[in-house]
Amino acid sequence: MADASIGTSELAAEHGLHDEDLLRMYRLVVLARAIDERMWVLNRSGKAAFVISGQGHEGAQVGIVSSLRPGLDWLVPYYRSIAAVLTFGMTPRDILMAQFARGDDPSSGGRQMPGHYGSVEHNVLTTSSPVATQLLHAVGIALAAKIRGTGQVALTELGEGSSNQGDFHEGLNFAGVHRLPVVFVVENNGYAISVPMSLQVAIPDIATRAAAYGFPGVVVDGSDVLACYRAGREAIDRARRGDGPTLIEAKVTRLTPHSSDDQQTKYRSPEDLTAGRERDALPWFRQQLRDAGVLHEEREAAIAAEVKAAVDDATDWAEEQPEPDPSAALRHVFAERGVAS
Amino acid sequence: MAVRTFIEAIRTALASEMRRDPAVIVLGEDVGVKGGVFLATDGLFGEFGPERVIDTPLTESLIVGASIGAAVNGLRPVPEIQFADFIMPAFNQIVSEAARMRYRSNGTFGCPITIRSPFGGGVHGALYHSQSLEAFFTHVPGLKVVIPSTPHDAAGLLRSSIRDPDPVLFFEHKKLYRSVRGEVPDSDFTVPLGKAQVTRSGTQITVIGYGLMAHHALDAADLVESEGISAEVIDVRTLRPLDLDTLLSSVRRTGKCVVVYEDNKFGGYGAEISAILAEEAFDFLDGPILRVAGPDVPAVPYAQTLEEWFMVHPDTIADAIRRLAAY
Repeated sequence: MADASIGTSELAAEHGLHDEDLLRMYRLVVLARAIDERMWVLNRSGKAAFVISGQGHEGAQVGIVSSLRPGLDWLVPYYRSIAAVLTFGMTPRDILMAQFARGDDPSSGGRQMPGHYGSVEHNVLTTSSPVATQLLHAVGIALAAKIRGTGQVALTELGEGSSNQGDFHEGLNFAGVHRLPVVFVVENNGYAISVPMSLQVAIPDIATRAAAYGFPGVVVDGSDVLACYRAGREAIDRARRGDGPTLIEAKVTRLTPHSSDDQQTKYRSPEDLTAGRERDALPWFRQQLRDAGVLHEEREAAIAAEVKAAVDDATDWAEEQPEPDPSAALRHVFAERGVAS
Repeated sequence: MAVRTFIEAIRTALASEMRRDPAVIVLGEDVGVKGGVFLATDGLFGEFGPERVIDTPLTESLIVGASIGAAVNGLRPVPEIQFADFIMPAFNQIVSEAARMRYRSNGTFGCPITIRSPFGGGVHGALYHSQSLEAFFTHVPGLKVVIPSTPHDAAGLLRSSIRDPDPVLFFEHKKLYRSVRGEVPDSDFTVPLGKAQVTRSGTQITVIGYGLMAHHALDAADLVESEGISAEVIDVRTLRPLDLDTLLSSVRRTGKCVVVYEDNKFGGYGAEISAILAEEAFDFLDGPILRVAGPDVPAVPYAQTLEEWFMVHPDTIADAIRRLAAY
């Protein structure tokens, strides 16, 4: 994206950024959406058995995760973290390899369902399906960072549904006690599969709970990418300074069913679905960048073309890669002798 | 060479590993200033400080879950679950996370943690301070499960567990903590994981046990010796991965086998041993493989009479040996 004509708009300057940063963030949101949509196409055409989606969460993830330091910090994702892992260094090919369950899929070698991200190369911790377990891993990573004095920050993402699990309480409590360098990001899309907020919690904001653990809880509009950026930067800086954790609650929208095996029209009204689509960060961010003069037709088209090419390349390339050999299924139960672990 | 109790062996091995490797930390309930409810970590807080010997809130899932994260980020955590009976809240972290982290990441992430936990009955601990829980965990590929029976093995196996690149559940039988003494070298010696030990040679019957039962099996072998029955005793030591070779070579020679475990009989760890031996050594067997185990009630009751009734005793094992010898 090296372009001499790209400078620093008022909008960028307001956030201590350059237009290049805004365009990078915009491209990531567009890219995550495009890959996600491709995953559904593959599913509906019979090429991928399962999809779990991040559509509607991308703006919050890109905004918040942008302030993490790749190569130093840790991202402990969950199954909707597609935009977060792309922001932190994983590639479209990495994600499509998992979608096709190929042998060299860096997340799991085709062992896990798609959406269970992980990359040892990028400090993205391997993910499981039981929810909220990953919070404790982020807390442990932060504990080790503090003990070892590495200056690292651990950031973990979860849904609001996960915030009702016991591990949420145990993790936030311990992080508060030891003022650990960890950021908890609740992406509240209003539904735990089919169960609405009103049946999940008796309070309007999950972020309120942070008070019980002695650190700040912040509510941020997940359709406002730059508000998410500010919240993420503040929380990550605070953690790195040694001032302890932050709970960020991003109010996001779930644009797809829970997964490819769900039919959300059974439990969401047409009005609810329409309202949800209006909260999509992508068109909001696009308009914001247009209004600020950061994005114009030509740049928009160039990004769209580049993203399409990247998704096509990742799809074609991943599809051509070999499937895992069943003889490899016995490997890696334990560390293998002579193999770095 | 010093003579140490079982608990002293644990404590000195922990301390020596912490001196040897600054990445080793201990965390759990009351492990700090108090030194643990059994004093397994006594003195560590004073020597290594609050950063490496961490008193946690009452949060078993966190104790294991944070250990997993810390291990991923360069430490070698040795979490303590105060009583094995309280390990259930951590089951998800142990089974869904620690055990599967390497497999699910196709070998790219490891989880070097050693979860220590006291288990077992015979100490007036009733339902919730007496349980044997090894079968829940030996069922799970990706976990190593270790149960030492002597101070020597406790120290050597604990060192090997801490140095191992994979998650280890290290169960310590509470009744052995202060009732068993033995010689323990002062060096940083290790005992390899995955190796059973023949603790008594014999020719007619193989008796297999671990933990407190490894001792009771030896006592039972003594009891029947005067009756002309020669029993060989094997201490399993590492339940998973199992040292099948040592078990098979003994059973193929003696042709008879008694498996002893303190846990409830149905579906216990000894049932798996019995099944494997039936498959692998059938042609050599001269009688049924017998299991001597705890009764199938939900847990160990408290009253002295009831606890005595629950526990496996050397006499019970000796009776099984006699029955089998008659074949």
